Amino acid sequence: MDIFVQQLVNGLTLGSLYALIAVGYTVVYGILQLINFAHGEVFMIGAFGALTTSLVLFRGQTSLWILPFMIIGAVIASVVTAVLMERFAYRPLRNAPRLAPLITAIGISVFLQEIVRLNYDHVPFTSWNPFDLPDAKSLIPFPQIDVVTGPAFQVGGVTIQRAAIFTIGALLMCSAVLWYFINRTKMGRGMQAVSQDPDTARLMGINVDRVIVVAFMLGAILAGIAGVAQGLQNNNIDFRMGFLAGLKAFTAAVLGGIGNVAGAVVGGLVLGIVEAMATQYIPGQFGGSPWKDVWAFVMLILVLVFRPEGLLGAKAVDRA
Amino acid sequence: MHQRSIVRVAAPLLIASLALSACGSRGGTDTGTSTGNKTAIIGVMAPLSGNLSALGLGIQHSVELAVQQANANKAVPGWTLKVEAKDDEQKPDVGKNAATAFAAEANVAGVVGNLNSSVTQSTQSVLATANIVQVSPANTGPSLTKGANFSTAPVRPYKTFFRTCTTDTVQGKFAADYLYNTAGFKKVATINDKKTYGQGLVKEFTKFFTGLGGTVVGAETINPDESNFQAVISKVKPTAPQAVYYGGEYPAAGPLSQQMKASGLNVPLMGGDGIFDPKYVALAGATANGDLATSVGAPADQSAVGKKFLADYAKAGYKEPSAAYGTFSYDAANAIINALKVSLKDAKDVASVRQATLDALGNVSFDGLTGKVGFDKYGDSTSRVLTSYKVANLKWAQIKTVTVP
Repeated sequence: MDIFVQQLVNGLTLGSLYALIAVGYTVVYGILQLINFAHGEVFMIGAFGALTTSLVLFRGQTSLWILPFMIIGAVIASVVTAVLMERFAYRPLRNAPRLAPLITAIGISVFLQEIVRLNYDHVPFTSWNPFDLPDAKSLIPFPQIDVVTGPAFQVGGVTIQRAAIFTIGALLMCSAVLWYFINRTKMGRGMQAVSQDPDTARLMGINVDRVIVVAFMLGAILAGIAGVAQGLQNNNIDFRMGFLAGLKAFTAAVLGGIGNVAGAVVGGLVLGIVEAMATQYIPGQFGGSPWKDVWAFVMLILVLVFRPEGLLGAKAVDRA
Repeated sequence: MHQRSIVRVAAPLLIASLALSACGSRGGTDTGTSTGNKTAIIGVMAPLSGNLSALGLGIQHSVELAVQQANANKAVPGWTLKVEAKDDEQKPDVGKNAATAFAAEANVAGVVGNLNSSVTQSTQSVLATANIVQVSPANTGPSLTKGANFSTAPVRPYKTFFRTCTTDTVQGKFAADYLYNTAGFKKVATINDKKTYGQGLVKEFTKFFTGLGGTVVGAETINPDESNFQAVISKVKPTAPQAVYYGGEYPAAGPLSQQMKASGLNVPLMGGDGIFDPKYVALAGATANGDLATSVGAPADQSAVGKKFLADYAKAGYKEPSAAYGTFSYDAANAIINALKVSLKDAKDVASVRQATLDALGNVSFDGLTGKVGFDKYGDSTSRVLTSYKVANLKWAQIKTVTVP
């Protein structure tokens, strides 16, 4: 029983991270029908934003009061990246065939990874490194903030990591704020309108361009927070961290029903739990950690065969 | 309107392609003093970027140092040696491209590399068809020199491949012996990263550890590209291992150790030469103390020649340290240089004497940094020195160095 609860906790932690990133895929898809494959990189840049804030402003101190500043730093880095991406890469392609923005997204993803890999430790085209930042070509240790990292809690036979509580708490809080924003504010209702019918929404006086920017920003805020959570959990970050996390989060979004924000959260949690449980409980030759991804994707295929719209159903009408 | 949007799209794409093309232009390092007008190239293939670049750059610079000294001493009269380094990004396909490029160059006399056994598997055959000698400073996978059935029916797959370090057969046995006899652990769990090196090392370790009478309570794998290993740790923990033996490299091993200790699995993690690097301790954090590693060779600072190497290396002013394989790389380069002394003596060009270089390399024998450098009939190093290390005060500290017969 202890082991079951332990793997449930592990799965929820992993799933919370997927969910935080998956929201970014789903919000943008719901409004633009665009799969923003560069969103994993927004997450990665969020983590680097937090690291930079900590190294530049606080010289790597680890007191708890620094954490909010790191989160703000992460969110600023993510949001700026996402907004620039929208403005300069996606907006000019708004009316292009749908393959064009998709391929652009893959290009941006590679571009952002290489920018961080090659230029994190100095100002581009110079060797000037005023803040003595580390080289991003390999893993960089992430500052371990007091209180939210450190010895784990023992509840019965179950070990609960402090960073896991941070991650799950962040997901709960973000989900609540997001729900309020989408359902109770003017801008949120505007987003729903654009997702249902952009042309009519425009005729009703909604500024569609602004709604799209806000959608990118929302996804980026959550991705930035996820970046901090990942750094605290795993002790280190690197320029490639966005690729696999983005892929898994995209899977989670599809699993939950792409375009559906609640679906992204549920899909993320389900994917995380299936991975953890498959590691523990599938016996024999096809079980254990080597096969966990196989079972996660088998489940995705089964869900898509029997419920093509995903677990909670895709909200957006497919206009393609 | 349409025109304008094309410009808008093209500009970022152009910038992106410029940034990408900048990554491709690595390599070709000229190392100074000339001793003649004919040029022979010693190639280096190693991960010069990415997670393992600390090891790869150490290999590159150590070879550069050896070549620089050979040129200064006019070791090969009438010839100037040059180092050409290519990044294999620790990927078999990239490594194969690098090997193909070397095979096409007429002036390449020999290649030092690769770092990863999985990459060498794909580069061996390419260099063998061109009859270019390849000396690896770091590949410990036994099948590279003795074929797939290395323990029962060893067959040498490529006569051009040599190595200066020892193999996982020797290393796995050494680690099993240490854990069972010295540390007194009878129950151990193993984890590997599914790569050639990690799987091979764990397989050899398991064979010898169970042979001694120990029990392997869990055999798991992780994906080194992921960074959350909690599910695997939670599965291993209830089996109460006294240590975890990890087959793989430090970028995943460090976080694995940190997450093990954070989840309350407070047992030492032990690994092979792939985790023996200062970066391991940086990544594993404050709870790394007590973790163990075995590595090939003896620490460089314990012999007079090793100290001289470190001093020369420091004097040459390379930006990155010589790292775990520096001494082996220096010896590998010198093995090739020693072979070239024989084969290039009266040669007109490099390509025509490749067979002579190969024959000469098989017969080299000199005192290197890692002991007597020489190769047996499989291309394996005849000196089999191993050292065990433990993390104490967040630094690797030597436990003991042994010579395996």
